[in-house]
Amino acid sequence: MSSAKPDASPPARRLPLHWLGILPFAAFVTLFLLLPTMKIVVGAFQTPDGSFTLENIRGLFTPSILAAYWISIKISIASALLGCLIGFAMASAIVFGGLPKGIRGPLLTFSGVASNFAGVPLAFAFLATLGPVGIVTVFLRSNFGFDLRMLGFNLLSFWGLTITYLFFQIPLMILIITPALDGLKREWREAAEILGATGLQYWRMVAFPILLPSLLGTLALLFANAFGAVATAIALTGSSLSIVPILLFAQIRGDVLGNPHLGYALAFGMIVVTGIANAIYIWLRSRSERWLK
Amino acid sequence: MSFLSLTSIKKSFGPVHVVHDFNMDIEKGEFVSFLGPSGCGKTTVLRMIAGFESPTSGKIVINGRDQNSLKPNQRNIGMVFQAYALFPNMNVHDNVAFGLKVAGTDKSETDARVKQMLGLIKLEHLADRFPYQLSGGQQQRVALARAIAVKPQVLLLDEPLSALDAKIRVSLREEIRQIQQQLGITTVFVTHDQEEALSISDRIVVMNAGRADQIGTPFEIYNTPSTRFVASFVGTLSIIEGKVADPAAGAVTIGNQQIALKDPIAGMKGGDSISLALRPEAGSIAEGAKGDTALAGEVVSTSFLGSVIRTRLRVGGDVISFDMFNNPGVAPPVSGDNVTLRFAAKDLLVIRE
Amino acid sequence: MKKIWAWGALVFGLLYFTLPLIGMTNFSLKMRRGEYSFDAYQKVFADPRFQETFTYSVMQALFTILFGVLLVVPTAYWVRLKLPRLRPVIEFITLLPLVIPAIVIVFGYIRLYNTSSWLPLTGSLTGTNILLMFGYATLALPYMYRAVDTGLRTIDVATLTEAAQSLGAGWATILAKIILPNVLVAVLSGAFLTFAIVIGEFTMAALLNRPAFGPYMQLLGANRAYEPAALAVIAFGITWGCLGLIQLVSRFQKSAPPKA
Ligand SMILES: Nc1ncnc2c1ncn2[C@@H]1O[C@H](COP(=O)(O)OP(=O)(O)OP(=O)(O)O)[C@@H](O)[C@H]1O
Ligand SMILES: [Mg+2]
Repeated sequence: MSSAKPDASPPARRLPLHWLGILPFAAFVTLFLLLPTMKIVVGAFQTPDGSFTLENIRGLFTPSILAAYWISIKISIASALLGCLIGFAMASAIVFGGLPKGIRGPLLTFSGVASNFAGVPLAFAFLATLGPVGIVTVFLRSNFGFDLRMLGFNLLSFWGLTITYLFFQIPLMILIITPALDGLKREWREAAEILGATGLQYWRMVAFPILLPSLLGTLALLFANAFGAVATAIALTGSSLSIVPILLFAQIRGDVLGNPHLGYALAFGMIVVTGIANAIYIWLRSRSERWLK
Repeated sequence: MSFLSLTSIKKSFGPVHVVHDFNMDIEKGEFVSFLGPSGCGKTTVLRMIAGFESPTSGKIVINGRDQNSLKPNQRNIGMVFQAYALFPNMNVHDNVAFGLKVAGTDKSETDARVKQMLGLIKLEHLADRFPYQLSGGQQQRVALARAIAVKPQVLLLDEPLSALDAKIRVSLREEIRQIQQQLGITTVFVTHDQEEALSISDRIVVMNAGRADQIGTPFEIYNTPSTRFVASFVGTLSIIEGKVADPAAGAVTIGNQQIALKDPIAGMKGGDSISLALRPEAGSIAEGAKGDTALAGEVVSTSFLGSVIRTRLRVGGDVISFDMFNNPGVAPPVSGDNVTLRFAAKDLLVIRE
Repeated sequence: MKKIWAWGALVFGLLYFTLPLIGMTNFSLKMRRGEYSFDAYQKVFADPRFQETFTYSVMQALFTILFGVLLVVPTAYWVRLKLPRLRPVIEFITLLPLVIPAIVIVFGYIRLYNTSSWLPLTGSLTGTNILLMFGYATLALPYMYRAVDTGLRTIDVATLTEAAQSLGAGWATILAKIILPNVLVAVLSGAFLTFAIVIGEFTMAALLNRPAFGPYMQLLGANRAYEPAALAVIAFGITWGCLGLIQLVSRFQKSAPPKA
């Protein structure tokens, strides 16, 4: 940074003072965000006595841990994709669908609430709805003789968690994408239309490419959001469903894997997965966004 | 039958009537401007031609075909928007090629046509640029090329120049006119700038509150405005209020001065109010100026416009503007001077509402 | 045609979102056999553990908000005023907590600040409470920073500062008397959101073994039938309240033009 402005010699003496202003912030994020994360990363490559090793990472490659990662990734991808899709449909319904104007405000407010209604209470809400004695389960059973359990549905499963996560994923998508949809100018649509394009062609060739960066960003965010969700899963499943955050939670609490440093590797793996998701996002974005400054 | 005809067009948004009984026939290859103040319904009429709005009642026919049942993408119309509306995710080439692409034109033909269009607007060298890398004038030229690339039957331009600065505005309007004539494309041009309308149109429709007040060539509109609105909106005509003194003699009192019109005043009697209009170039205060009519007044202000000097003169209760050519040898009048304005009685127009 | 599709999306969404809310409300009222009652709520409110943990989380939330405001407002102000080139970097850092899972961060805390480390925060109760508060501040950082930075964008920081300085105001005065009042709505929005996040947070509190509301809810959920649903309704109400307050203060700002 200091080498970036060698030509600015007169203000150079003032420079350190300027930097003092963000010292508290720098200290805080270093101590409570960056260092802890670094500690995990470094710990993943250390033996208990501090020497370098790849054993911890290798330890991840057991069938049960791999399976835990795999189901976590599947749930995160599914809930992110579905959240994007459904959230997009709802957001475009309120922006272009010609619905009464009064719907928009309440829906956005509700989205704000629902996107923050995660964690333990969310699990309770879904247990009371789709659990063994939940309102929907009971309704279907007593009115249609439909037993969700017999049909193989279980809240403590891939689909159960995905459906539950959608409760905060969809609203988050609505909150992020609505301003982007508002940013689509009416003239773009009309210009395309008058040039002979159908609605579908307009969406494929104009609107979708313009929205793509926001869509990708939201997708990455929703993925990380689901991948790191601990509370909902624990409250919903106890620890009977082995997904990575639950495994890590149990490991931190009681070293269930029987190797303290395997915990580091497990957490490191989580950083790597969300890191890769974001790297893919940044890469795709840089490709799709050549037309932006 | 004319190429584009609008018959008894009405449009209301809910209870608000925005266009009342609008009639207009446009010939093939003609360049027609809609001129009028903000909110008078110009854009609304244009959008009905394009098909973005449907008329509450009335008929739009292009080339013998009723357009009412056609969607915008079936009308084969080109449109240029005020805010350019280029697709930000496509470069210049792809923007211009868009209409051809959605029509399924093959690639080599598309490329040839795009090249021809970019040649027409002299931007071949910028084919790879994205809209954000272009100036406003360049963007609007690309928008024009995009609109005409599909060989539309009608070209619609909605205040295409109003977002540009004055110099570009003049040069681009000439370029538009020249391309229009070269291609012989039937064009409707919306503007609220009278100079723009006068300089490039074959005919002008002066619109006022959802109606066409007058339709005519720029020459007619400027020289013989048929309503007070047209007179005040087009050009810088000065309106002078007077009282009829003697209808048979054409005598009119303005303040405490009396003048005689060229003709007797039909349909009015002594004491009626009458509105007269005078073009700024019709009068002069120079020594020995010609003119059979004179009005004395006091100079209110003068403004130096380059080749001409515009002077505003108070006569009775009204202010009359007139222009004189700049002459380095003669000092312009200053405010407070008492002068006499001379002009020909035949230049004084009677305005009837 | 288009409308049908839009209504379809809306109705589907409404169904999906209201069913769990109806489900939990319905369940929370069914503790007494055969009739609706508020028994579950009474049980919850009468539980001393509820009162303790709820108070604890409220205190945590208030301290987090206080700390967050003291940290974020001066920083965002300073970056806008003197270090604009640093903004993208700061923005990136503040967004990291959205990407790094909370469980990973708190795991780092446990290993970094244990009893044998150079800063043994987890060694004492006060230390752990402070550590948890810092953890919450980290979780809230993306929201707080964004809110304040957006608020600062709408005022002319440089001019206001110069004007205040020309009247002889020092930095503390400028921040407290000029900047803070002008971004108050943004700060309040960030604060309410922080409150909503902290009050129900589970992972950090559970792993640091603090008696917070989140772990209490989880514990109750594992052992009881009807009370958890009542808790869910209460938690939903709190979240709704916080977001409602954000709406309220921003509407207040819209109707009252900010004073210069
Ligand atoms: N969709 C609409 N709903 C209701 N009123 C409308 C709508 N579109 C236009 N109007 C009204 O119709 C009137 C004419 O609008 P229009 O846009 O045609 O004016 P204009 O002549 O193009 O003005 P400008 O020079 O400002 O562009 C205005 O009073 C406007 O408020
Ligand atoms: Mg208009």
